[in-house]
Amino acid sequence: MADDQSLFGIHGAALALRSQRLSILASNIANAATPGYKARDIDFAHALDLANKGRSVGDAADEAVAYRVPVTPSLDGNTVELSTEQTLFAENAVQYRTTLSFLEGRISTIRRALKGE
Amino acid sequence: MIVQKPMNVFDIAGRAMSAQLVRLNTTASNLANAGSVSATREGAFRALKPVFKTAGGDPGVATVDVSRVVQSGLEPVKRHEPGHPLADANGDVWEAGVDTSAELIDMVESARQYQNNVQVLQTAKTLTLDTLRLGQ
Repeated sequence: MADDQSLFGIHGAALALRSQRLSILASNIANAATPGYKARDIDFAHALDLANKGRSVGDAADEAVAYRVPVTPSLDGNTVELSTEQTLFAENAVQYRTTLSFLEGRISTIRRALKGE
Repeated sequence: MIVQKPMNVFDIAGRAMSAQLVRLNTTASNLANAGSVSATREGAFRALKPVFKTAGGDPGVATVDVSRVVQSGLEPVKRHEPGHPLADANGDVWEAGVDTSAELIDMVESARQYQNNVQVLQTAKTLTLDTLRLGQ
């Protein structure tokens, strides 16, 4: 429900989606040795688009989940490739922090406006 | 069926770490018993292997549990050693069915994956603490 009129705008929904994606990537890394496990990920752009159109963040994240296509499939049916997952995990962590600093900026702007400095 | 609360990153990585630790423990016991001998084929040690199973059904979010620990199919090796105190009537002893190199590789792999989960936990912790400090 990222209403443009709300305090945090798109960044509130983005932070929630980033957090959801963090959990999914953590699941992939946790299941790196589980036979038959299929790695999943959130299509972030699609999820954010859905959230912008008024869907709840949880719904948007659930709908944008998809299976990852492995570069080299392994014999035991596991599609987790640690290099991919770890790169995406690190990238997502940086993006989460970026969103946090956007929120930080918004909060300090509002605070300054309230104080009338 | 038990209703589970939604899993967070700490549950996911924490349970994966305990699963990897079980794997590391079985590897340690296999390596400790490698080379041990027995008087019979049945009595000889066989390598133990944990069976990993995905746990949790929430879309996308899942962790891993050790569903059970099984004996591996590797047969004990018969060795002719008449002087051995455990040797049977034919002068044979049975050496534990453990593939030492495979166990060593398993050990390195589970240690690496344990480290990966620690890393995930650390990142998640830092991000959560940063979020807590938001606006202060």
